[in-house]
Amino acid sequence: MKICITTTGTDLDAQIDAVFGRARYFLLVDSETLEVEAIENVPGAHGAGVQAAQMMVDKGVGAVLTGNVGPNAFQGLTAAGIQIHIGAKGSARDTLAAYEAGTLQTVNGPTSQGHGGGR
Amino acid sequence: MRIAIASGKGGTGKTTVAVNLALSLCGKESIQFLDCDVEEPNAHIFLKPQFDTTRSVDKLLPQVDSDKCTRCGACVEACEFNALALMGGNVMLYDSLCHGCGRCGLVCPTGAISEIPHQLGVVETGTTRGFPFARGLLNVGETMATPIIHALKREIDSSRLAILDAPPGTGCPTIAALHEADVALLVTEPTPFGLHDLKAAVEVARTLDVPTAVVINRAGIGNDQVERYCDEENIPIVLTIPFDRAIAETYAVGTPLVDAVPSWRKRFIKLAEQLKEVAR
Repeated sequence: MKICITTTGTDLDAQIDAVFGRARYFLLVDSETLEVEAIENVPGAHGAGVQAAQMMVDKGVGAVLTGNVGPNAFQGLTAAGIQIHIGAKGSARDTLAAYEAGTLQTVNGPTSQGHGGGR
Repeated sequence: MRIAIASGKGGTGKTTVAVNLALSLCGKESIQFLDCDVEEPNAHIFLKPQFDTTRSVDKLLPQVDSDKCTRCGACVEACEFNALALMGGNVMLYDSLCHGCGRCGLVCPTGAISEIPHQLGVVETGTTRGFPFARGLLNVGETMATPIIHALKREIDSSRLAILDAPPGTGCPTIAALHEADVALLVTEPTPFGLHDLKAAVEVARTLDVPTAVVINRAGIGNDQVERYCDEENIPIVLTIPFDRAIAETYAVGTPLVDAVPSWRKRFIKLAEQLKEVAR
């Protein structure tokens, strides 16, 4: 399965970026081969959460590991059947290990406020 | 002529100045009043208008016919505001992000998108003391104030002197109110916070090419930094209102200052004359 980790850098040693829609990088990791693809996130002025959720769908991501997820992204990811795990800390490598050990939180609702993109 | 009363900082006395300016001029010339603070209009409390017309302000939301939709994603790609997404095999609409521009419908190759009106708020028009009064009112839960301000400004009768009570801040709603004004009358208080937000408001007005003048309210508190700033920037201070309990008391009971203390009227008339100079 392809897993997306929100990071501040481009490899598995990079630290977690705790926001989803406006994370600096999306690190896409193949859970079988550990092959990594880093995508620089360029959010628009409006609807960053929606844009990011759409990218997850387009890239065939099955699970997102991040710090927090806002209401728009939550709604989109849930509709697409993508798992959301929050509370990621440390490096991408630590986070992946925590995910595999089952110690990350799964969520039933958005865990952060939106950022007023509706204006 | 259009006079927009703005401030940057909230609670500096925009409505006090706008209302008293209107009441000082209404016997002398043909005016109209527009309360552009559509998130929290309050000029009606002082001017007590009779409203006779209410018009809905809508945005058009796309509605996707799932039988005609081929899930091609053209609408998602076209949306500048990321209000559409293709999720779980369906087009999802994020109402609050949609600006109602209609681009999604234009790019849809199968004509699957129609538009349905969604109310953002209303514009109410009426009269008070012989002059037209209009206000916009944003519905609770809506975030897009600017379409209401634009609709409200369509009530402007160019043969009248229009007094626009702008929203606080320097964001989109304030810009919508200030756009195409002949002069921005910026109300501030002589405090560091007042000065900080005054500077931001001056920048917005200058970007919009609207000349500025300043009213200092609650004079006597704070310091002289606002006066120094206005001096350096060549912005005329056209009125100073002292920090005075009696003035606050008239405000608290909803009585306009010029009704309570008629001698203020000539100061507001003089202010209007100075504004005409500033507007050139």
